[in-house]
Amino acid sequence: MGVNPKEWAKRIIEGDIRAASRLMRDIDDRMPWVSEVLKELYPHTGRAYVIGVTGSPGVGKSTLVDVLIEIFRGKKLEIGVVVIDPTSPFTGGAILGDRIRMQRHSTDSGVFIRSLATRGSMGGLSRSTSDILRVMDAMGKDIILLETVGVGQDEVDVVNIAHTSMIVMIPGLGDDIQAIKAGILEIGDIFVINKCEREGAERMEREIMMMLELGARREDGWTPKIVKTEAIKRKGVKELVEVIEEHRSFQEDPERKKMFLQKALRIELITHLKDQITTRILDAIGHEEGLSRAVDEIISGRIDLYSKSEEILNRLMC
Amino acid sequence: MGQKRKIRILVAKPGLDGHDRGAKIIARGFRDAGFEVIYTGLHQSPEQIVEAAIQEDVDVIGLSSLAGAHNHLFREVLRLLKERSADDIPVFGGGIIPDEDIPKLKEAGILEIFTPGTRVEDVVKWVEENIHPRG
Ligand code: B12
Ligand SMILES: Nc1nc2c(ncn2[C@@H]2O[C@H](COP(=O)(O)OP(=O)(O)OP(=O)(O)O)[C@@H](O)[C@H]2O)c(=O)[nH]1
Ligand SMILES: [Mg+2]
Repeated sequence: MGVNPKEWAKRIIEGDIRAASRLMRDIDDRMPWVSEVLKELYPHTGRAYVIGVTGSPGVGKSTLVDVLIEIFRGKKLEIGVVVIDPTSPFTGGAILGDRIRMQRHSTDSGVFIRSLATRGSMGGLSRSTSDILRVMDAMGKDIILLETVGVGQDEVDVVNIAHTSMIVMIPGLGDDIQAIKAGILEIGDIFVINKCEREGAERMEREIMMMLELGARREDGWTPKIVKTEAIKRKGVKELVEVIEEHRSFQEDPERKKMFLQKALRIELITHLKDQITTRILDAIGHEEGLSRAVDEIISGRIDLYSKSEEILNRLMC
Repeated sequence: MGQKRKIRILVAKPGLDGHDRGAKIIARGFRDAGFEVIYTGLHQSPEQIVEAAIQEDVDVIGLSSLAGAHNHLFREVLRLLKERSADDIPVFGGGIIPDEDIPKLKEAGILEIFTPGTRVEDVVKWVEENIHPRG
């Protein structure tokens, strides 16, 4: 891309959609020049409020996001949406279909929707997620909705990025309660029981409430809330927004804000460092080929894995 | 960087046409070829398709039409792309499109048309040969 970073960043801040969209692609494709643009954008970020939406496949995450967009737009807020779907581990391809449920907002200039594939990353997000959120932040989005891929036992990276994390569940999926046991309880700020017209919604609500009472008190002092919704009929979503706003005012406390930022940046910095180091090592040893050579050496018994790893690192450090 | 960009492709069904089997088969074929496919579902207006293509920064738009409105809808997508200064995004398509319409659509700027019976592998091959993500 022949554009200078300053100019590129300026265009994004001024609202050039294509400039933003292209940078997101370059971030996702790990083009080396993106960090210069991200540096320029950084001073213009830190305003957007990120709401994470997690939950098993098909529970209605995208449908909820669609209705949330509508409600927030009614409040004249600018909305960014990031939706993540899994990359096929076999082909490297992906069908990104979350957008279908929110396409009616496609032509609203106050809404920007971007679909991402996980590209091999675990944890329910893609590696580029936080950088892409930052671009949306710099675009002036007030609220960013972040839909992750179906959360399993430890796909919970979203809590380190989202200011408010909601876990969406539906009645009649026994394994959701199991999932709660397995630790999801600690990460949800809001539990949404969607498709609540189905049998078992009340029972599920009681069960979650019980587990919340039994569980250890949260470090930050927030008591997780439970909301029942029927997203396709927009039922309960107003109440959900009220609870989101309640959690937002809780998070807005300066002390808590600082704590959140400290934790989030710590994780991001480490991740970024790891990424950069890995890239540098791979550049230094010559990527796939160099890697194969090193592996061959280990297989042949000339050197053990631990010494080889040290050798490569030492070479890089000098 | 040793890495190659993944092809990102938008598969869209413009207009009131409810036939989505072909589009879904093509979308799956693209995924299996290692592309990232954004599928926007049925009943899309040309405006929605163009905005989605811009927001998703796709390398190409694939339109599917079986209901006979292709002449108008495909052209409308091209026109809006130009209007949004995004006519560097190429457009191709498929579905039930009479032979006599094909040259006219190509003249208007549609890169290629694939009609019923097309093998998915051939479409994939065409994309790999003709669509190149920017550097
Ligand atoms: C199945 C079918 C239906 C199903 C659709 C189910 C579904 N969810 O898709 C149902 C029963 C719902 C249906 C309903 C109707 N149908 Co119908 N239907 C068909 C039928 C028999 C097969 C279509 C099909 O699925 N083919 C299989 C797929 C895999 O093939 P394909 O879509 O052509 O896709 C291939 C290529 O075209 C190409 N391709 C397609 N899209 C794209 C996109 C890209 C990017 C690329 C690269 C390639 C590509 O690649 C694919 C793989 O080879 C056709 C007749 C026919 N033989 O085509 C009629 C047909 C399409 N239907 C027709 C009609 C009129 C209707 C109805 C209006 C009423 C009616 N009389 O039945 C309704 C309207 C529905 C609506 N809302 O639009 C007419 C359309 C006439 C026209 N074009 O003017 C047809 C041609 C039948 C006819 N001869 O009259 N239909
Ligand atoms: N009955 C009922 N169906 C709903 C409700 N909310 C969403 N759905 C339907 O559930 C299905 C899945 O909805 P999505 O919004 O795509 O779910 P998702 O969690 O985003 O799915 P993935 O992204 O694939 O994990 C769709 O058919 C929705 O119409 C609801 O409250 N009640
Ligand atoms: Mg979804």
